[in-house]
Amino acid sequence: VSTKQIVILGGGTGGTMTANRLRRRFEPDEAEIHVVDCDDRHVYQPGLLFVPFGLTSLDEIVRPRSRQLRGGVTFHEAEVASVELERNEVVLVDGDILPYDVLVVASGVRLQPEETDGLTGPGWNERAFTFYTPDSAEALRGALERFDGGRLVVNVVDMPIKCPVAPLEFAFLADWHLRELGIRSRTELVYATPLDSAFTKATCAEHLSFLLDAKEIELVTEFSAGEVDGVGGTLMSFDGRTVDFDLLVTVPLHGGAAYLERTPGLADALGFVPTDKATLQTTVKPNVFALGDATDLPTSKAGSVTHFETDVLSENVVRYFADQELEHGFDGHANCFIETGFHKALLIDFNYDIEPLPGHFPTAFGLPLLKESRLNHLGKLAFQWVYWHALLPGRQIPGIGPAMPTRGKKELPAHA
Amino acid sequence: MTMTLIADAPVDVDAEGFLTDPEQWNERIAHAVAAENGIPELTDRHWLVIRFMRERYLTTGTAPSIRSLGKESGVPVKELYQLFPKGPAKLAAKIGGIPKPKGCI
Repeated sequence: VSTKQIVILGGGTGGTMTANRLRRRFEPDEAEIHVVDCDDRHVYQPGLLFVPFGLTSLDEIVRPRSRQLRGGVTFHEAEVASVELERNEVVLVDGDILPYDVLVVASGVRLQPEETDGLTGPGWNERAFTFYTPDSAEALRGALERFDGGRLVVNVVDMPIKCPVAPLEFAFLADWHLRELGIRSRTELVYATPLDSAFTKATCAEHLSFLLDAKEIELVTEFSAGEVDGVGGTLMSFDGRTVDFDLLVTVPLHGGAAYLERTPGLADALGFVPTDKATLQTTVKPNVFALGDATDLPTSKAGSVTHFETDVLSENVVRYFADQELEHGFDGHANCFIETGFHKALLIDFNYDIEPLPGHFPTAFGLPLLKESRLNHLGKLAFQWVYWHALLPGRQIPGIGPAMPTRGKKELPAHA
Repeated sequence: MTMTLIADAPVDVDAEGFLTDPEQWNERIAHAVAAENGIPELTDRHWLVIRFMRERYLTTGTAPSIRSLGKESGVPVKELYQLFPKGPAKLAAKIGGIPKPKGCI
């Protein structure tokens, strides 16, 4: 029997979990598993939100990628040049070639601040920041320390973005932080979004809209930022509106990894990989699978989604090799803690078809849904331990399967 | 969700008038919704965007963002705002009979 070659592009949440899961599913001589990433820094991304407020630091949330992988998984620290889909080969920039029987695309997204005119010009990381990269989050921490009031603008340039609730959480935490410092009364806090409200799902709008008023956050909607003046402090939309800032915290445009642009046919125009919603096999080729932020799936780009996808993807790689029908197992399940400040957080849980509902997760005795609570905040903090010690190693978490639970929820719609 | 008549066709709409079932859409509905939203006449450029949005939604389940419209529909972002004032992605979705673009909360 020849040894199967599995190549996983990306050593983040999805790539690491998939590698470790698949390693357990195959005997050492049945399959070689290779993981490729361009650096050896695995960032616990939910932690980035807390860096600007000094609530955590980069050395707490960054660990070597290679050390999160089980024995028997080979890590390649290398940049991918392209994927040769016809020949089933990954070509690395240093010239090495990795042939594969199955390819898993788990390379997440690449931030593209340079695609917004002026954003990376003068003022970038001085007056205009993002907390979506470790370096800019750290620079923003310094800027917030020096901040003494004025207009703090939180902005999303355009969807899709990773963890779509993170910019709102940032606004909530900034409100709390500035109140603690006693400078909230001389700060105007503005949330500028390309969507038509902060909460676009009906149940969220109903249960959560009060938060912006309660925290005195000014909302600017349908604002698509096209240009930034980082010295003058102005954000301009495509339809000619302006929002002035003293400090800008923006979420830049997102696209796929650079090698996807160099591989014709593997990704769409924004760099996302066309993927089957239920099986996680790509529509590009049967032996190419994808998960996490890299896909074009109509669900949130979030670690919880990637975690639930891993179960289905790993099973389907095994079935693919066994010539069995793939499991149509992924339902779009997402589960997010939303920090609201003052040691409290919300929890939401939803999938492709069912909107976030009130109740409890995962059962009637679990964490409260769509409601602020201290328990949810503690859950979010505890999650970092779970991430490094249970999720990445690929262990099953008791009671949390990939399918969205409904037992603890109220008001389930009739068609569900 | 309520049932209403647009251009004499019975359709299901949400609270803001977006069709909830894209299969119920037709071109007369598009003209009627456009007129009601300040676009008296749909030009070829409008149709390019509307058809692109519909096709993208029906194949992927997501309506394209303004940026992907600008990159892929063949109509630059500035022109999108001239064609569909205020919110091109949202207004084109409404005219094209697909659900309103949403975030995750």
